[in-house]
Amino acid sequence: MAMIRFDSVSKRYPGGYEALSRASFDIAEGQMVFLTGHSGAGKSTLLKLMMLMERPSQGQVFINGQNLRNVGRTKIPFLRRQIGVVFQNHQLLFDRSVFDNVALPLVISGCPHHEIGRRVRAALDKVGLLNKERNNPITLSGGEQQRVGIARAVVNKPPVLLADEPTGNLDPQLATEIMNLFRQFNQVGVTVLIASHDIALIKSLPYPIMSLKQGHVVRQPATQAEVPFDG
Amino acid sequence: MAEPTGAQRRQSRWRDMLAGWRAHHGEVALDSFKRLLAQPVSSAMTWLVIGIALALPASLYVGLVNLQSLGEAWDSSARLSLYLKLDVDDVRGRALAETLHNDAAVVAVQYTDRATALAEFRAISGFADVLDGLNENPLPALITVEPVTGLSADNLAGLQQRLAELPEVDSVQLDLEWVQRLYALVRLGQRLAMTLAGLLSLGVVLVIGNTIRLAIEGRREEIVVIKLVGGTDAFVRRPFLYTGLWYGVGGGLCAWVVVGISLLMMRGPVARLAGLYGSDFSLDGLGIGATLLLWLAGGLLGLVGAWLAVARHLGDIEPR
Repeated sequence: MAMIRFDSVSKRYPGGYEALSRASFDIAEGQMVFLTGHSGAGKSTLLKLMMLMERPSQGQVFINGQNLRNVGRTKIPFLRRQIGVVFQNHQLLFDRSVFDNVALPLVISGCPHHEIGRRVRAALDKVGLLNKERNNPITLSGGEQQRVGIARAVVNKPPVLLADEPTGNLDPQLATEIMNLFRQFNQVGVTVLIASHDIALIKSLPYPIMSLKQGHVVRQPATQAEVPFDG
Repeated sequence: MAEPTGAQRRQSRWRDMLAGWRAHHGEVALDSFKRLLAQPVSSAMTWLVIGIALALPASLYVGLVNLQSLGEAWDSSARLSLYLKLDVDDVRGRALAETLHNDAAVVAVQYTDRATALAEFRAISGFADVLDGLNENPLPALITVEPVTGLSADNLAGLQQRLAELPEVDSVQLDLEWVQRLYALVRLGQRLAMTLAGLLSLGVVLVIGNTIRLAIEGRREEIVVIKLVGGTDAFVRRPFLYTGLWYGVGGGLCAWVVVGISLLMMRGPVARLAGLYGSDFSLDGLGIGATLLLWLAGGLLGLVGAWLAVARHLGDIEPR
């Protein structure tokens, strides 16, 4: 089953600029795919359409079998709970601890108190920051902040994980570490879509690459044949 | 132990969610309160503004309640003063007083002849010299009639009418008239208090609404992140509604203190004034009911103000 499906989706912004033109692709459940293209090619728009931060001008988007056209305003939060998102600028809150940042999605979804502690620590353990739970994220390095963001994205165990330039500001070694984290989540069945223009890094990894050129999706074969991509 | 059935599992899941929801409410309420205390000066100013705005109508209300009780105390001692015509002599006057005494609507009668009236007037008024200059006594004889207690205003007016039609009587004055005027004034005051309360409540709603608007602006980033990770509108709204509630309840408390202090300051002068009138009247404060109402009104206005601000401004903050 396709976890993410775009069916000839176009997005025009007021003023006539077309960020996405009749984009169609499927990403199967449990797949990991890179999305590339230079800035302005429509990467962010594509991610925003999945989060319902934007609505398509034409076409349909499906997440986990759900047609987003049928997701009304009040249902948007429940869609977003199924999608973990990692942002380039982390989107962490500096008025609370690392623990409270990671706990936010659980608090929002009404997770019982005793379970929050357990699940937050499990997520922090996975990204190697268990000893920093009491710190304020502002005291952490860029790579560590990105890992807090990843822990927050996966703490709710969403079936889909999106990342927008997650290695954008990191040196190559840290970037590889972050990518390895995403691969680990993918190995336990999470569908992962990573927007990145770090071509060198993503070409070195055995995952299919989807590239966007002026709003059009251009399929590229997987660099290693054992991971098929039915785009 | 047996495996829990699906129904049991569902039930415990619901119970968990309910417990989580309740715990979250508690945390948000506490957190909102702590945030207010973290900015003591600006919070205190807001509380004071709301307190003063609420204290004005509340003080007026207390004043009116007191005036009304004052009126009621005098209401039961209504008197009719019958001024007799100057050509009615003492014999006819006393005879009339005797007749009136037998009237079913009358409890007591007191006759004051013209000479006594003059003597009393001379003693009280200080116009002794002027009176000496007159060659005849200008004062009429007076019969004071105390009607049976519990007569309605209409019945009293009827009695007044009946007595005024007696041939010996020149005019009848109902001492109740000033009580009725007082009541009319109290009613006017009540209307004034209600208008004032309405206007100032609107003011409180606007003050709280504006304060909450600033709070929303100050937490814009947090709102964006919460919306991104799947927070519902209710979740985003909650801390601001609690903030509004705390502003309102705190303002109600301030108003209560302000009214209390004003009453304390007025107690002495009022007692002295009442003493001059030979009365043991004393000011009543806000009762428990009115106090609770004041806090409730404060809390409610806070919630309404916060709700308006949230409805108006929260929709503008969306992740981009």
